[in-house]
Amino acid sequence: MKTTATYKENTTAAATTNACKVCSPLGASVAFKGIKGCVPLIHGSQGCSTYIRRYLISHYKEPVDIASSNFSQDTTIFGGHRNFNKGIDNIIRQYKPEVIAIASTCLSETIGEDIKGLISAYKAQHKDEPLPHFVAVSTPSYQGTHMDGFHEAVASIVAAFAERRFKRSHINLFPGFVSPEDIRHLKEILEAFGIEAIILPDYSESLDNPNWEEYHRIPPGGTSVNDIKKTGSAQASIEFGHILNLGNINNSVNDSKVNPTGAAFLQNNFGIPNMRIGMPIGIKATDLFFEKLEGIAQIKTPEKYTKERGRLIDAYIDGHKYVFGKKAVVYGEEDFVIAMMMFLDEIGIEPVLCATGGESGKAQDRIRQLTGNSKLTILQGMDFETIASLSRELKPDIMIGNSKGYYIARELNIPLVRVGFPIHDRMGGQRILHLGYKGTTQLFDSICNALIEYKQNNSPVGYKYM
Amino acid sequence: MGDFSKKVAISAIYPVMEKENKNIYLLGREKQIATAGDANFDMECSKASEAGSVSQRACVFCGSRVVLYPIADALHVVHGPIGCASYTWDIRGALSSGPQLHRLSFSTDLREEQVIFGGEKKLYAALTTLIDKHKPAAAFVYSTCIVGVIGDDIEAVCKKVSAEKGITVLPVHAEGFNGTKKDGYRVACEALSKLIGTSEQRNKVPFSINILGDFNLAGELWMLAEYYRKIGINIIAQVTGDGRVEDIRRANTACLNVVQCSGSMTWLAKDMKEKYGIPYIRVSYFGIEDMSNALYEVARFFDDESKMDAAKLLVATELKKLLPALKEYKEKLTGQKAAIYVGGAFKAISLVKALRLIGVQTVVIGSQTGNKDDYNLIKDICDEGTIIVDDSNPIELQHFIREKNATIFIGGVKERPIAHKLGIGFCDHNHERKEALAGYEGMLNFAKEIYATAMSPVWQFVRKSPSQEEPRIKNQEQRLK
Repeated sequence: MKTTATYKENTTAAATTNACKVCSPLGASVAFKGIKGCVPLIHGSQGCSTYIRRYLISHYKEPVDIASSNFSQDTTIFGGHRNFNKGIDNIIRQYKPEVIAIASTCLSETIGEDIKGLISAYKAQHKDEPLPHFVAVSTPSYQGTHMDGFHEAVASIVAAFAERRFKRSHINLFPGFVSPEDIRHLKEILEAFGIEAIILPDYSESLDNPNWEEYHRIPPGGTSVNDIKKTGSAQASIEFGHILNLGNINNSVNDSKVNPTGAAFLQNNFGIPNMRIGMPIGIKATDLFFEKLEGIAQIKTPEKYTKERGRLIDAYIDGHKYVFGKKAVVYGEEDFVIAMMMFLDEIGIEPVLCATGGESGKAQDRIRQLTGNSKLTILQGMDFETIASLSRELKPDIMIGNSKGYYIARELNIPLVRVGFPIHDRMGGQRILHLGYKGTTQLFDSICNALIEYKQNNSPVGYKYM
Repeated sequence: MGDFSKKVAISAIYPVMEKENKNIYLLGREKQIATAGDANFDMECSKASEAGSVSQRACVFCGSRVVLYPIADALHVVHGPIGCASYTWDIRGALSSGPQLHRLSFSTDLREEQVIFGGEKKLYAALTTLIDKHKPAAAFVYSTCIVGVIGDDIEAVCKKVSAEKGITVLPVHAEGFNGTKKDGYRVACEALSKLIGTSEQRNKVPFSINILGDFNLAGELWMLAEYYRKIGINIIAQVTGDGRVEDIRRANTACLNVVQCSGSMTWLAKDMKEKYGIPYIRVSYFGIEDMSNALYEVARFFDDESKMDAAKLLVATELKKLLPALKEYKEKLTGQKAAIYVGGAFKAISLVKALRLIGVQTVVIGSQTGNKDDYNLIKDICDEGTIIVDDSNPIELQHFIREKNATIFIGGVKERPIAHKLGIGFCDHNHERKEALAGYEGMLNFAKEIYATAMSPVWQFVRKSPSQEEPRIKNQEQRLK
């Protein structure tokens, strides 16, 4: 049988057709939405913020206000300082934010805007007025993907605020780009362990709010600046993800972009130990997470979670025959794909194609290290057209990934299990739980049921028992 | 609402609101907010959005992309970093009866290397590869922000590829910062203008029209085309819904341009009038009145009795089916108040009339790209006191909705969560909608959708301020009738 190892990666292709990635300011915007009282500002053309808002609203189904400095032709020629200053004035006037977080764009980076300089100048001009905090991140969309933007933003936030002077009674948790439901679940687990943790970013509320009695200009929720300050005084950090923003930025002329992650920054500058583990999906990865928590809390895993683990094993056993030997196509962000592959490895699904739009250059080695399986292959720099053409040959039984792969699943007439980001064609993308024993159980059930439903729908007689 | 009729500083217009709710408005936007019934009504519009605003508008690229996107047999290549192409992948419900090439998202996916050393080579390679693979009838190349800055000569690349591959390759100068979404409409029209008149055909086709500015969302254009065919009208080109390159090439053989979505297509209609002497009329297909007028006006233009008789018969037949159905909705919906915020103002005007048909009063109305004439028309058709707004943002919109106690919001994807968070109904009038809202059938769908959102029992769980209680209770009563 053909495996993906026989295919060449797509990184040198002349054109990208149906990209399996979006641009870095989007990732930064999501991270910024996880700061309490924060209004993101995208320093560039109006379309950048509007398109990103629309993309995020279609997934989260929440108001996502992101301001734009609205570059014009004059701005592009003479520089963005006037738009920047007026933009900040207007955001303060309309939103009274605690934080204004600024992401650059391909345009502002190309014309050489110095955002940090603009912030300093603004602060100097308004030194007698109460001002919000400012954070800036460099996110030219010609470098990396939305994941680089996300992690760069987290690192910038930490670098801007972290301080040593607090009591060391807590840990930091950097969950990466997970769902609001995932963050809520993590909080519950930490609470059960009695661990005080600062989660950054925390958009569990701000991107998935309850219905409101009164309209909020800035949605409630998010990590407060005070808590972000405390990240510099933590006992330890836990960071989910192996690739994060640590990859080589492909086709970059300037290779100096090796900014560490938020947790790495704290390790390097504050001496806070960093436990970097994969996203806790599947039993082994989740066990590792709980091991870390046991070590930190100095208690055994609470019974609630040992039972969740037991139920997950029970589910694996009940459903094992429905999934064993099935061929899956998995796609999405690099860390997400790695986590999914490890999970599928546990249940006997063969990932015939693992594809990512990222181009870190590290994913392949990492997955082989993690699983000890030298056959596992991740193709990087993939777009959906390439995924489609490979899938036509590989004839998978199921696809696992975000909603953008739907058209391929439809063409091949195979089920798609929607997970990750974005979910644009279904309700509840923001409420999908992926992490922990509980998230894995739901994922396993979804995969089993998708396969069972497919068989049932294609049975000539239909049936009532599995 | 006496205070609303005076045109003074915004804080004076809304003294109470400002006291309760400071700084709703951005400085410099005072003249983009007005009220119907105001004697000094003079809407300021067609200007760039304020820096720092959370405008609902997009950019020049967006404007050009929405206009050209539905041409289904053309290759649409976005020259720039990945974002612009990713965010517009299969974004609209613009259906095609044949090729689906427009639904793929092609990008040169520029990296730092090209930003520094230029992207022309990559564009050339992308175009030649994609043309060989997909064999399109023509190609459009959209330049994005940084292409304008790094100075790629996309005209030259397009010419070269065109000569080598023997197909038309047209540059679309869509640098996002180079104006507003409206300027994007214009650059799209310029590209179309280069395509029109390039077929062998020169002779006018009798009783023929081009449909300009309908994008065949949810198959709306198919319904309209059927109406026109029934009254004996030939359609040459659909610009651009379910559009084909060959049809657009010979659009110069039509006798009349029928322009909907005037904001995007008036430039092209004027251009064709100048070049080919083709007159144009502005129409709208939303609501019974405007839909029927469109058919009558086309029939009148051809000054042919049989066409007018056919139009009258068609309208009568459709209304016979439609009116009794609408009457029921009107009974249930009377008393509802609507807020409208959409891209084009001409559509907004039709919506006011369509809503009136089903008993719904418009209390807030706005658009991203309306012009002075549009807003004057809006002022004339709206009830006194209706808030009229140009280029609004979420904070303003939620404020107007609460101020006027709107019970239903009609808008697009970005407006939907505002309505839902305010706990009021919402009707999707966006480009990705799956229900046709144009034509007679569309009017019924529209009524159904407004009814479904207004009468849903879910609102009983939404806690509201006392001023909003009344319409809610009325909804419940209506539903139970």
